[in-house]
Amino acid sequence: MSTAPAASHHSPEMRGPAVIGKSVMIKGQIFSREDLTIDGEIDGSVELQEHRLTVGPHGKLQAGVKAREIVVLGTIHGNVEASDKIDIRKDAKLVGDIKTARIVIEDGAYFKGSIDIARPEISKPAAVPTPKPVAATPAPAANAAAASAPSSALSGEMKR
Amino acid sequence: MLRDRRGTETSSPSLYSPDRSGASSTQAHTRASNGLDQFFCSIQDQANLSILDFAGASQANVSFITTLGHRIFSNDILHTLDEAFGGEGDFVANQADPRRADYFLRESLDFSERSFDGALVWDTLQFLAPPLLQETVDRLFHVLRPQSALLAFFHAEEKANLVPLYNYRIVESKTLSLTPRGERKPAQYFNNRSLEKLFQKYNSVKFFLTRDHLREVIVRR
Repeated sequence: MSTAPAASHHSPEMRGPAVIGKSVMIKGQIFSREDLTIDGEIDGSVELQEHRLTVGPHGKLQAGVKAREIVVLGTIHGNVEASDKIDIRKDAKLVGDIKTARIVIEDGAYFKGSIDIARPEISKPAAVPTPKPVAATPAPAANAAAASAPSSALSGEMKR
Repeated sequence: MLRDRRGTETSSPSLYSPDRSGASSTQAHTRASNGLDQFFCSIQDQANLSILDFAGASQANVSFITTLGHRIFSNDILHTLDEAFGGEGDFVANQADPRRADYFLRESLDFSERSFDGALVWDTLQFLAPPLLQETVDRLFHVLRPQSALLAFFHAEEKANLVPLYNYRIVESKTLSLTPRGERKPAQYFNNRSLEKLFQKYNSVKFFLTRDHLREVIVRR
């Protein structure tokens, strides 16, 4: 989903990843079928089955997170599952349990929790970075903000 | 010197091979660690174990332990110590404050239903004042499974006011990389007898005295 009044008719490839800006706070569930950057606050859950989630330096997630790849520059409190890779950058803070195939932790990052490395299966079509529309199920009660981003859905409460 | 609680004593090999960098340097240096070697010997040929690491987030430790097929639980206990007892007042005296002590125990040692097959606590215990230290050691006893090992380091220089702090990174099963992270006043001095008393609930305690004035202690649950 995008908080900017971006042209929703553009393909995700043309307008770059969807962004939740730093002045946005969302309570509820976020599902996305495209890459997403979160620099705001989320209280709930975030799921991007086949895509990349970036938690920006201002991002604060009190949420369970699932994605193909997760890059953390901000803060996550919650369990995190990345089918491919998680990258915890310097100054990031993650409190929760991680399940992933690969992990990168920069010096200076704060992490508290368990790390469980799930060995990738031999034949893994998910490694091909092509979006799979069936992977994400839109929430039934998506609000107006979600409607502006056809590849993403959220349910819950949003404040600016 | 290597000694176990039952009185066996063996000679100690020379453990410290400094990389021409002193304790005051900010450069990382590597050294052999018999304690670490013993720790990994205790879990060799096993997989899917849960290892508790008090060094905080570290690519080296995570990679090494998960490559062995284990799960790692990471927690930077010194960070929590500073959160709990830093700020106003004396760091050691603040540990007598029940509210602060509760916060520390909750944040560092509340593992809900988890249990572990090994614990790497490094040099963190020497900065805890006696009542909190004993509570910490007892809690570790309860979360460690029988026969599991705990590795801890204690400074062995009785008159040291400040002791160097390090980030401990595992290079290989018997080699550590130590990156200095300043100095800190230890809460108390530990000799072999006081360490035996501290870990009296545990099954056995072994000491390795290193050239850099450190007691590496392997405790068997």
